[in-house]
Amino acid sequence: MSSTSVLGGVVRRREDPALIRGGGLYTDDVKLAGTAHAAFVRSPYAHARVVSVDTSAAEAMEGVAAVYTAADVEHLGPLIAQAPVGALRPLLNNGTVKHVGEAVAMVMAEDPYLARDAADAVEVDYDPLPAVVDLKESLGGAMKVHDDMDSNTLVTWAGPFGADEDALAELRAGIDAAKSRDDTVVVSQEMINQRLIPVPIEPRSVLADYQAGYGRFDIYSSTQIPSALAGAIGRYFGMALNQVTVKAMEVGGGFGCKLNVYNDEVLTAYASKQLGRPVKWTETRREAANSTIQGRGWVATATMTGTNDGEILGFELEGIADMGAYSQNFTVAIPFLGLFVGSGQYRFPTYWKMDCVTTHTMTTDAYRGAGRPEAAYYLERIIDMYSREIGMDPTEVRRRNYIPASDFPAAVSPMGFAMDTGDYEANLDAALESAGWSGLLAERDAARAEGRCVGVGIATYVEVCGFGPAPLVDLGFSWAEYQMPSAFNGSGLVRIHPDGSATVSIGTGPSGQGHQTTWAQIVGDGLGMDVERIRVIHGDTEEAPPSIGSFGSRSAAVDGSACYEATRKVQAKAARIAAHLLEASEEDIEFGDGGARVAGTDSSVSWEEIAKTAYQPHLLPEGMEGGLEAHAIFSPGNATWPFGTHIAVVEVDPDTGNVQILRYIGMDDCGNVISPMIVDGQIHGGIAQGIGQALFEDAVYDGDGNLLAGSLMDYILPTAADLPFFELDRTVTPTDINPLGVKGIGEAGTIGAAQTVVNAVVDALESLGVTHIDMPLRPRRVWQAIQDART
Amino acid sequence: MQVSMSVNGRQVSGDVEPRTLLVHFLREDLRLTGTHVGCETSYCGACTVEIDGKAVLSCTMLAVQAEGADVTTVEGLAQDGQLHPVQEGFWERHGLQCGFCTPGMIMSAVTLLQENDNPSEEEIRRGIEGNLCRCTGYHNIVRAVEYAGAKMRGEEPPPAEWEES
Repeated sequence: MSSTSVLGGVVRRREDPALIRGGGLYTDDVKLAGTAHAAFVRSPYAHARVVSVDTSAAEAMEGVAAVYTAADVEHLGPLIAQAPVGALRPLLNNGTVKHVGEAVAMVMAEDPYLARDAADAVEVDYDPLPAVVDLKESLGGAMKVHDDMDSNTLVTWAGPFGADEDALAELRAGIDAAKSRDDTVVVSQEMINQRLIPVPIEPRSVLADYQAGYGRFDIYSSTQIPSALAGAIGRYFGMALNQVTVKAMEVGGGFGCKLNVYNDEVLTAYASKQLGRPVKWTETRREAANSTIQGRGWVATATMTGTNDGEILGFELEGIADMGAYSQNFTVAIPFLGLFVGSGQYRFPTYWKMDCVTTHTMTTDAYRGAGRPEAAYYLERIIDMYSREIGMDPTEVRRRNYIPASDFPAAVSPMGFAMDTGDYEANLDAALESAGWSGLLAERDAARAEGRCVGVGIATYVEVCGFGPAPLVDLGFSWAEYQMPSAFNGSGLVRIHPDGSATVSIGTGPSGQGHQTTWAQIVGDGLGMDVERIRVIHGDTEEAPPSIGSFGSRSAAVDGSACYEATRKVQAKAARIAAHLLEASEEDIEFGDGGARVAGTDSSVSWEEIAKTAYQPHLLPEGMEGGLEAHAIFSPGNATWPFGTHIAVVEVDPDTGNVQILRYIGMDDCGNVISPMIVDGQIHGGIAQGIGQALFEDAVYDGDGNLLAGSLMDYILPTAADLPFFELDRTVTPTDINPLGVKGIGEAGTIGAAQTVVNAVVDALESLGVTHIDMPLRPRRVWQAIQDART
Repeated sequence: MQVSMSVNGRQVSGDVEPRTLLVHFLREDLRLTGTHVGCETSYCGACTVEIDGKAVLSCTMLAVQAEGADVTTVEGLAQDGQLHPVQEGFWERHGLQCGFCTPGMIMSAVTLLQENDNPSEEEIRRGIEGNLCRCTGYHNIVRAVEYAGAKMRGEEPPPAEWEES
C-alpha cells in the first residue's frame, strides 16, 4: 500500500501499530509509583435526604488513605457548566441527593479492591423521597426536583431562531390557516426519542499527579476536551494554565460522554494535592451508566400539514426534553442544537418548541449527534406518515419540499440559519440510483406476495456541525468557565526539526477518529512530505496550542483547517529558503517528493537540507529569522451543513416481532474527503449507533428513578450478528467555510439511521395497520404493536 | 497465594489475593496492559485472552484458576516482529478506531480462525458476537477477519473496498 500522502487517498492508520499489539496507552494503563486508588459511595436512591454519613469504619481499615465527604470539598464549589442554567452538581452531596448514582463520599486506598471494600464500609443513612421521572409530570410541576427552584422547566427553546412571540404567533396562524383548507391533510403523532447511554467501551478514567515540589499537576484523563479540563483544574485550584498539564492519551471511544469535565476529575485532583501522591479513579460499567452523562430523552408531538399532492405547508414540533438532575457542560444547549436543524433540508414553515425539564435522573448532555438525531427523527418520521396518508412516494414528497440547490450559497433555513452549501436532490437521486429504488420496491412487493413482512424505509437529513463560528459566544455558548475565551476556534502547530522530520501538535481530543493519520495527510500534502516523516501529537496540553477538543464533528473542519493554515505558513518560509538555496525565484518553488524543486526543472532540495539551513541563521537570506515552525488559529465564519440519504430494507417476523436488517444503504455528503477509509469507518459506526437506538438501546428508569438498564446485561448494544454490511457511497459538495472544503462526518451516520430503520419497519407492517412504534423496536414491542393493530 | 502460569510463552509467578481476577494479575502484576476491562459482567469481551487454545474472559476468572495454564494475550501474538495475520488484517482493513475493544476482538478472531480457517460472513459475525465494538459497526472487523483467514489459508486476501472502486 502506498504511504504517499495525498488528500483523498488511503493511508493505513498511523495509530494502529501500537493498538493492534496491545501497546496503546489508555489512562488506566498509566501506572505511577505510589498511586492511591479511589472509589465512590453513590446514592441508591433517586431522591433522598442524606441523614448521616459515617466514615469511621472505612477510615479505620488498613490501607485506607482518606475518606472525603461533602464537608471536605464544599469550598471548591459545584461542578462548573458551560450553560449554568438550573442546579449545578455538587462535587459530593450530603444534603439531598437527586439521582441514583450521585456521589456521596469518596475513598482513597492502596489498591482498587481495598478502595471498593472501604467504600462499602461507609455507612450512609438516607430518608427516601418521592422522585420525579416522567417528563409530563415534571413539566406539570406538581412536585419539584429542586426545592429552591421556581420551576422544573429550565429553559424553553422556541423557533425559528430569533423570532419573537408575535412572529411565532403569526407563523402558527399561517399553519392553522393551511390546516383548515379543503385540499390539505394534517398528520400528528406523539413519539418518544428514548434516553440512551453512550457506552464507549473504555470506561472513563482519571489519574491526577500533583507534584508539590513544583506546585503543578499532571492530569491523565480519558477526555475529549483536554484543554478545557486543564482550564477547569486551573480554576478550581487557583493555578495558572502553565501549571496544569492534561494528557488524554489513547481514548477508547467518547461519543460525547467524555465531553464534560466531571466531578471525579476535580475530586481526584483534589485528593492528589491533599495526599501528596498520585490518585487514580477508573469507573465501573455500572458507574458509566448511572453517573456519566446520558443522551436523548425527548417526548414530543410532530404535526405535519400539507396538500393532498405533496406540498408541505407547515411542520410543528412541541415537546419536552429531559435534562436530568443537574446541568453539566452543555445540557440545556443540546435541544438547541436540534432547533438548528428543526426544519431539516426543507423549505416549509416550521414551528418548534421544546421545554427542557429537570428530573431525578442522571444528567443528559451530548451523545453522538446531540439534538440533531432527535430533530431529524421527528421530522423524517412525520414526513413518512404524511406521505403514507396522501399515498405518495416518500422520495417524491421529500424532493418536492427541499431547499433547491439554486438557493445556495445564500440559503437560509426556515429556522433562520444561513447554510453553507447543499444539493439535496442530487444526493437523493444518487441514493435512489445506488440502491436501485424501484427494484427494491419490486423485491419488497414480491416478498410480500410470499407472505413475508418486508419493508423499505428512507430518510434524509441535514446536519449542522463543525463548531464553529466565533459569534456563537454571543448566544451564550462560551467556554469561558473553563478558561477558554476563544470559544470555538481550532489551532495547529507545525514544526520542522533540523533533520527535516515534522511534528504536528493539535489540541483536539480524538477517541478513535484517526487524527494522527488525517493530520499527517493534511500536512504531508501541503509540504510534499512522506507521512512517515510526520508525527502528530494530540491530547497533550503542554505540547499543543489550546483547542476546545473533539466533538460536534468539528475536528477536521476547524482544527484541520488551522493545521492547513499553519502548513501554508511553514511552506511560505520554506519556499524562501529553497529559492535561496536553489538560486531561483520563490514563485517558482513547488513542494513534492520529500522536498522543494524549481517548477519544470531537475533543480531540487530535500526537506533535510531546507531544515538544516533553517536552523543555521547565517546561511539564511538576509533578515530571515532562524527556525521553521508556525502556529495558526482558525475561526470559521459559519458551521458546516453535511447531508445525506439513508435507505434500509428490513424483514419482520410477525410471530416473534424480531426485526432483521437485510440491507442498509448510505449516501452521505460531507464535502471533500481527506481519507475515504476513515470517513467510511465513521459512517459505519454512526449508523450502528443509530440502529442501536432504533432496535435495542433504552436507558429506562422506573417510576422511582431506578436505572433498570445499568449494566451491559440490561442495556443492549448491537453485536456483529445484529448488523449487515453497510453499502456506502457519497456525493461531494464542498463547503466554502474552510480551506479544506470538509464538513465533518463523525455524527452523520447516527443522525440518519434511526428513523430510516423505523420507517422501514413501519413500512413492513403497513398491511397489518401499524402506523408507529416507539423505539427501541425490540421483538416484544413490535409483536405487541402487531397484536394491537390486529384487534 | 502463589500462582504460576505461562504467559505468552514465558513462565511467570506472583503472590496474589485469592480474589484477584486474572485480568488484574495480567494488567497490574505483569504490566501487560493490552488486555482491557470494559465491563464487569462478561458482556463486552474486551478482556478476552486465549487460555489453552480457547478464548476466555479474563475478567470473569480468578488468577488462581489459571494456575499452570498456558495464557496468550494480544502482546504475545506477533512472532519475531511479524504481526499475526489477524493483527495485519485489522490494520489493513481499518478494523479498529479507538482500539479499546481491539485486543479482545483480535483474540476472539484468532481462536475463531483456529477452529475454522474459512468462515462465512455469518460464521464470523456469530464468532465475534461476544465482543462489543462501539466504533466500527463491525463492518471492517468482519473484513479484517476475512483478510486474515485468506492469509492463513495462503490465499490472496480480497481487495479492500476502497481499492475496488
